[in-house]
Amino acid sequence: MTALVIAAAGPGITLQDSGRNGYLRYGITAAGPMDPLLHATANRAAGNALDATAIEISTGGVTLSAEGGAIGLALIAPGFRVALDGAALPDRTAVTLEAGRTLVVRAGDAGSWGYCAVSGRIAVAPVLGSTATHTRSGLGGLDGRGLSAGDRLPVDETRSGDVAPQRLVMPWLDRDPRVIRVVLGPQDDYFAADQIDAFLAGPWTISPRGDRMACFLDGTPLTHAKGHDIVSDGVAMGAIQVPGNGLPIVLMADRQSTGGYPKIATVIGPDLGRLAQVRGGARIAFRQVTVAEAVAARRAERDVLHEPVAREPVVRTDFASDFLLGLNLVGGVADGRA
Amino acid sequence: MSATPDEPRLLDAGEAALVVEFGSTVDPAISDRVLALDDALGADPPEGLRERVPTYRSLMLHYDPLVLDRAALVERVRALAAGTTERTANTTLWTLPCCYAAPHGEDISQVAERTGLSPDAVVATHAGATYRVYMYGFAPGFAYLGGLPEVLAVPRRASPRPPHPANAVVIGGGLAAVATVPMPTGWYVIGATPARLYAPERDRSFFVGAGDLIRFEPVDAATFDALSAREAAGEPVARRWESRT
Repeated sequence: MTALVIAAAGPGITLQDSGRNGYLRYGITAAGPMDPLLHATANRAAGNALDATAIEISTGGVTLSAEGGAIGLALIAPGFRVALDGAALPDRTAVTLEAGRTLVVRAGDAGSWGYCAVSGRIAVAPVLGSTATHTRSGLGGLDGRGLSAGDRLPVDETRSGDVAPQRLVMPWLDRDPRVIRVVLGPQDDYFAADQIDAFLAGPWTISPRGDRMACFLDGTPLTHAKGHDIVSDGVAMGAIQVPGNGLPIVLMADRQSTGGYPKIATVIGPDLGRLAQVRGGARIAFRQVTVAEAVAARRAERDVLHEPVAREPVVRTDFASDFLLGLNLVGGVADGRA
Repeated sequence: MSATPDEPRLLDAGEAALVVEFGSTVDPAISDRVLALDDALGADPPEGLRERVPTYRSLMLHYDPLVLDRAALVERVRALAAGTTERTANTTLWTLPCCYAAPHGEDISQVAERTGLSPDAVVATHAGATYRVYMYGFAPGFAYLGGLPEVLAVPRRASPRPPHPANAVVIGGGLAAVATVPMPTGWYVIGATPARLYAPERDRSFFVGAGDLIRFEPVDAATFDALSAREAAGEPVARRWESRT
């Protein structure tokens, strides 16, 4: 049987489909990709359904090899460093991984999350209708945990492509991460007008202690007009809650389904991935939009996923020695988005 | 967006979720309205409505705004909320076996100390009440229950205690809960049920719904073990009663 082998993996490498939907009412987190656009794009480039299971790559990095046959891969990891048997490849690449060859993906100058989709199907059993990994509750993926060295992912329905690597040309992935659009609410009435203004004006610095559950913001603390405890209500992905210390927390893919802090605003769907990609220490600002504007942005993002993916042959270029020397260090890279 | 007492507030949570808020407190009457709307939408869900999440005081609706227009959803919600004030579904009552004895009721003596009741009185009081499932949240299958007798209303711990086993029966902050997955908790663990409210591998992973009623039936440790074995073999040990209200 053909299998994709995890030869090495840093922390935070998981299998994700588009998320576990339908069980929020029972306290089951949706999980799914931190950057939904990149995840869908990788699947599109691999010729899969947009919601298919793919490997989510953290800055921990991963090393992949193929067993039992060649596997076509689409790797979308903007800002990451990618190499096939030591030869550098673009961070948006279609490549056929033949048995015995090794693909290395490590953190580069930018970007927190990348995606690797196979041309075919990663054959892991869905749990509650989804393969999305939620490590906190031990659901989905491979035994509900992150991937680690020695794991073998069986691949069905493999389709072969060109053996030579190709650069994937997708201009829509060049997004501006510095301005994150939000819709105010649902509990913006827990804040006075000057605090809403202060929230929107920022600036906010992304804390390095974020993970798949939440993105923590550092800056001037906000004050509450009506206290910081509410009776629990539902939590959307992208909800920005403000706990007692006044520092906003953006709730991401692994968030809990309900929560008890006032939520001043909600990051719009198309900007969730942009926010997820920002590394710790970087500054962002928020911009208020209407629901109608957010829906228009969502529609534009959906439409872009139906545009053709252009492919260019890869010309071997950079072989900087520090890069080559660093290739086999991937297993020891520390976690985090810093 | 100004709301009369009878009209829920509609709050956007981004462009893909709408909070229908019936109040801001824990109150069975508010919960009834939440669950009535949940039932009504569940009976005939508009295309594009992805998830309904009932909470103590609100119903969160996750929707795909490219399929279901916000204005259409709002119109539907307003019409249903105006016309539906009582639940249409039957009331389901579950009897869950519960072992309060050692080693399960780890924190009973602490609850006894804080309430001034004897340990036996803590058990009798907890087992004598009927609870309503207000909502799930916090963790998979974690069921928040209302109906805890006032005398057992101890505040939650300031810092969490070590993890409890699966299916712990807990109290804290004036509420009761069944905590299905092991985790550190600020609640007091007063027992355990052999019934698995959450089992991801089971056909029906959850069987207790928001709005259902629960009673706990004390069993000794040997019975708990026997019932746990039956539950593990696929034979449910929770008993179900149904009545039309």
